[in-house]
Amino acid sequence: MSQEKLVEIKNLKQHFKTGRHSVVKAVDGLNFDIYKGETFGLVGESGCGKSTTGRTIIRLYDATDGEVIFNGEDVHGKKSREDMKKFNREMQMIFQDPYASLNPRMKVEDIIAEGMDIHSLAQDPKARKAKVHELLETVGLNKEHANRYPHEFSGGQRQRIGIARALAVDPSFIIADEPISALDVSIQAQVVNLLKKLQEEKGLTYLFIAHDLSMVKYISDRIGVMYFGKMVELADADELYKHPIHPYTQSLLSAIPLPDPDYERSRERFTYDPNNHDTSEEPEFREVRPGHFVLCTNKEFEQYRREHGTGE
Amino acid sequence: MEKLLDVKNLHVSFDTYGGEVKAVRGVNFDVKKGETLAIVGESGSGKSVTTKALMQLIPKPPGRIKEGEILFEGRDLAQMNEKQMQRIRGKEISMIFQDPMTSLNPTMKVGNQIMEGLIKHQKMNKSQARKRVVELLDLVGIPDAENRMKQYPHQFSGGMRQRVVVAIALACNPKLLIADEPTTALDVTIQAQILELMKDIQKKTDSATIFITHDLGVVANVADRVAVMYAGKIVEIGTVDDIFYNPKHPYTWGLLGSMPSLESSDEELFAIPGTPPDLLHPPKGDAFAARNRYAMQIDFEQEPPMFKVSDTHYASTWLLHENAPDIDPPAAVKKRMEGMANSSSHSEGERI
Repeated sequence: MSQEKLVEIKNLKQHFKTGRHSVVKAVDGLNFDIYKGETFGLVGESGCGKSTTGRTIIRLYDATDGEVIFNGEDVHGKKSREDMKKFNREMQMIFQDPYASLNPRMKVEDIIAEGMDIHSLAQDPKARKAKVHELLETVGLNKEHANRYPHEFSGGQRQRIGIARALAVDPSFIIADEPISALDVSIQAQVVNLLKKLQEEKGLTYLFIAHDLSMVKYISDRIGVMYFGKMVELADADELYKHPIHPYTQSLLSAIPLPDPDYERSRERFTYDPNNHDTSEEPEFREVRPGHFVLCTNKEFEQYRREHGTGE
Repeated sequence: MEKLLDVKNLHVSFDTYGGEVKAVRGVNFDVKKGETLAIVGESGSGKSVTTKALMQLIPKPPGRIKEGEILFEGRDLAQMNEKQMQRIRGKEISMIFQDPMTSLNPTMKVGNQIMEGLIKHQKMNKSQARKRVVELLDLVGIPDAENRMKQYPHQFSGGMRQRVVVAIALACNPKLLIADEPTTALDVTIQAQILELMKDIQKKTDSATIFITHDLGVVANVADRVAVMYAGKIVEIGTVDDIFYNPKHPYTWGLLGSMPSLESSDEELFAIPGTPPDLLHPPKGDAFAARNRYAMQIDFEQEPPMFKVSDTHYASTWLLHENAPDIDPPAAVKKRMEGMANSSSHSEGERI
């Protein structure tokens, strides 16, 4: 994994107006980088803004404030159609619900090739067909499936079609928004293995959004934990699980049931109370251990360093 | 312990235009007083249909209980008519559904929804019922019950709504509670709260629970015994320790192997290849054979019977036959087993 930044997210804000005087701050000042070739996991409870973050990065929503810099260029701001198209080729998305994200009136072949058509990537119908067949095989389906409709497939197969569609324009960055949450356990493993394989073969970079923490841990290199529109902790996957520092992360980790009855009998759950924080100043993102950032005030920072060590 | 529920050779089928779909194909299990039985399996394995059949909630037609007995305290539920069933539902057996958004009536105040069962089954009058509703809401941990009972479901969050559903299910002190994926739609922290709540209440009321889920973490947390279902049959059943530390059926291996553990992350997940069989035309022999990398010739020809592993542990796989070759479970699963065995002996040691 290189240390070259592919995506830089700077002070990203996404506020939704819900009434004349009320604003929902779904994403409120996010800062993080995604390195080339890594998988960045984004976790948090529903409503914490993780999906909104993904959708804002790919510009399904226009950001309220802040920048998303992809390969040195800002995704937001004024853009010509041509410029936007260029981004869309590089950045693709896999959606959560494989039932709702495929057009039921289109054949699989047309679903997968839609992006290719828009970007005029296929010279002639024959090349288009060949590319679709190749993609189907890449994701573990076969070419007979090209002429069918989405309803003829199971959930896991549909998610594979969604992945094939994302791959069709040869992107370098894929945002996977809860790609396995709607699938059965055994099928989840198939899809995760496929995503890992594709990453190795094509050098893809992933932003993996999920609430299933054990799966996120398995697939991610680094993980960011979100709480109410803010990132509260960011670290390498192993580091985060071994030394969770922010009390919210600790409570989240202590709530996961693991498939081990003995562990379950002794598991103790912590509850998170946001009122226990030091409120003497605005919390900032600080590096408590090497590469391990926590949202905290100066006083808390000192306390965390005492409790968790500096890792040096 | 006394058996509360005894299901014998249950078959449930649906008559569709395509033919007869055999959703449940000969299921046997029992539930004892005060225990929690978890039923795990993929979607379409028949776990929900089994429990809906217990309550006669299968729409007929197209569904029907083809064969079998459902003995609840000695009475056969499969033979009861609708009127008799109405006296059982909500009173002696009640159910918690997966999605609290759709299982509550959006046009009724929460308090009235909880009261329905009390007035119908317990013959309470309104003011008695209201008192009981406040007690119930307190029990499930909803603060400010007096005011909350006058609110509508949309004024509650997902976790709070599921607490209301739990309160409805518990209203008449049922002897058996069936929970069909009660926490699947909830966040982990809320899930943990609801599970703790259910366990706590079970301890207080000494009711039995059938818990349907596909999350093995939840199973390890709540279950006393576990039944693994595949293609309309129970393929392995045993105590929670039997299933997690000494699994015998390759499908159970697959389920355990396909979940990543928090420690390891390098090796590939042990995914079960393919998809579950079409129950319109169930395959000959062992239904799992086509996805089973340890399948033998006989698996494609003849269905395996239940083999006894121990007094509490049974599995239906030819691998347990005396003539079967000795097969090691897949490395990923084995490592898990060993790791778990170590951790189990470890904690055993600590407990003494």
